Amino acid sequence: MSDVTAAGAGVGRSAATGWIGRRVVALGPVLAVVAGILAIWYAAVPPMNIHWAASRAARADVAVSVPEGQSIRSAGAWALVLRNPGLIPATYTQDKPRLPAPHQVAAELWSTTAGPPVTSNKSLIHHASITLGATLLGFVFGALGGLLLAVGIVYNRVMDASVMPWAIASQTIPILALAPMIVVVLNSIGVTGLVPKAVIAAYLSFFPVVVGMVKGLRSPSAIQSDLLHTYNANGWQGFWKLRLPAAMPFLFPSLKVGIAASLVGAIIAELPTGAQGGLGARLLSGSYYGQTIQIWSALFAAAILAAVLVGIVGAIQTATLKRMGFGR
Amino acid sequence: MTPETAPRPETPAETAAPVIRARDLSLTFQTGDGPVHALKDVTLDIAKGDFVSFIGPSGCGKTTFLRVLADLEQPTAGSVTVNGVTPEQARRARAYGYVFQAAGLYPWRTIGGNIRLPLEIMGISRAEQASRVARVLEMVELDGFERKYPWQLSGGMQQRASIARALAFDADILLMDEPFGALDEIVRDHLNEQLLALWARTGKTIAFVTHSIPEAVYLSTRIVVMSPRPGRISDVIESPLPRERPLDIRDTPEFIEIAHRVREGLRAGHEDV
Ligand SMILES: Nc1ncnc2c1ncn2[C@@H]1O[C@H](COP(=O)(O)OP(=O)(O)OP(=O)(O)O)[C@@H](O)[C@H]1O
Ligand SMILES: [Mg+2]
Repeated sequence: MSDVTAAGAGVGRSAATGWIGRRVVALGPVLAVVAGILAIWYAAVPPMNIHWAASRAARADVAVSVPEGQSIRSAGAWALVLRNPGLIPATYTQDKPRLPAPHQVAAELWSTTAGPPVTSNKSLIHHASITLGATLLGFVFGALGGLLLAVGIVYNRVMDASVMPWAIASQTIPILALAPMIVVVLNSIGVTGLVPKAVIAAYLSFFPVVVGMVKGLRSPSAIQSDLLHTYNANGWQGFWKLRLPAAMPFLFPSLKVGIAASLVGAIIAELPTGAQGGLGARLLSGSYYGQTIQIWSALFAAAILAAVLVGIVGAIQTATLKRMGFGR
Repeated sequence: MTPETAPRPETPAETAAPVIRARDLSLTFQTGDGPVHALKDVTLDIAKGDFVSFIGPSGCGKTTFLRVLADLEQPTAGSVTVNGVTPEQARRARAYGYVFQAAGLYPWRTIGGNIRLPLEIMGISRAEQASRVARVLEMVELDGFERKYPWQLSGGMQQRASIARALAFDADILLMDEPFGALDEIVRDHLNEQLLALWARTGKTIAFVTHSIPEAVYLSTRIVVMSPRPGRISDVIESPLPRERPLDIRDTPEFIEIAHRVREGLRAGHEDV
């Protein structure tokens, strides 16, 4: 009896360490990349910000060493850094640096999310949620539209020949040029706020869904569809029992791309509207007032939001495909 | 009633209209490299209750012939009827079950779910579906695997599941394209026995493609030897073996005699090329 429990415990332990081991292996490269990026980032801050630090020091009558025959303005960034190592700390603490340091961005992120109440205009969560609303609404309509278009393309010869070139053309128009036009046109007919942003988000997210679903709906093998033919199955049965389930492994990667594109669309749509809120508005007001730290923290908020959204779609993917029995 | 041991009993059905009737059937595929004559002037009758094997080298049109019967391919010349009507009408009447050369199971359906597929499409009640699934799973000895997914089964087990799927809706005609090709010898023997028993019990008409001479001789009332380029029938051998066939019938002189004739037919086909 004791032997059995001991063996059981041993199995449990080795399974646990195995799991942790695998996690560490998977996490290791990620951490290494993050550390590398941070190192490059920190190294880039002094040369980017040294000019401002040097002129400030000069105004405060601190001696600044410049190369022969040059002023602070005309001197090279690296030359200034190497000649004035004492100024390096000041490059990491500026209010409006050209390039904020990672810890400045982190502090700004923290103070704008954990600090003010989430309803306040200063809260990054407030702005993120405004963008998120437009992203999700646009994504739902974009994904549904993409799905319907894909079904049309697969089942209708005329649509097959006509829709795809237009869908591709639609994605070659720079969204930065198109977004203001859509917003202005919609505003002029009285549609404002969430809807114009969602329209642009949908515009960017339908395309990957169309491409993925057309491929997925056409993925059944000849035998799999011949089989239905021998059963004299009708078109509906072919769709529900074969094409749609076969397309599921293709759908989710498209949805991941689509939801990320939807977020980009929502942010871009916030730029021209002079929107009161949203991550795009945050980016715009940051650049108006030279608030680089605010710009960077909004960028990071957008990246984190994208990662969370894609992660959620990924979790749904894993659960759905596992439930459907798609092995390994 | 004719005794089971009599040499190939003449049942009344055989004098009636054949279940499958092909006249000068030809099928030419137009490919990028020019026309491929998959079938040329094939004339063949298969009577009700016959077990007909098709044997011949790769590419001689065995699969193509079965696919024409199943309305999956359209002949370019000649005529063919199944149950006295066109293949399309026969398909609409769900007259046959087809076992493909590869299992073709749907990976998102369990084994039970795959076997239920034709039953769902044909609108059979849930209770009836469950009992039929259990019955055919037992027939191919996959009971206990109903809830497994295809990837959890070996290739041979998947092929057996696909046979169970074709048996589930109990059509009078079975078209089987190398159903046992992927199986090991022992399982194959066993399934051959089971198939014969099923055939004897149900009186189904079976068209069966194989590459194995012993399998063809053991199973069939008639063996159709085909040769390639263009695909045509080079010999039709009536089997004098009784309908009741224990496995050790394969050691009898009659059996060896027929096997020999089939081999000669295959050789002749090869020499033509
Ligand atoms: N859809 C198709 N298009 C063009 N050629 C085809 C097509 N299907 C079959 N063929 C050709 O027709 C010929 C007969 O093919 P078929 O599949 O009937 O052979 P088979 O006797 O079943 O061979 P195997 O024993 O290898 O299964 C081959 O030469 C093949 O290349
Ligand atoms: Mg074949």
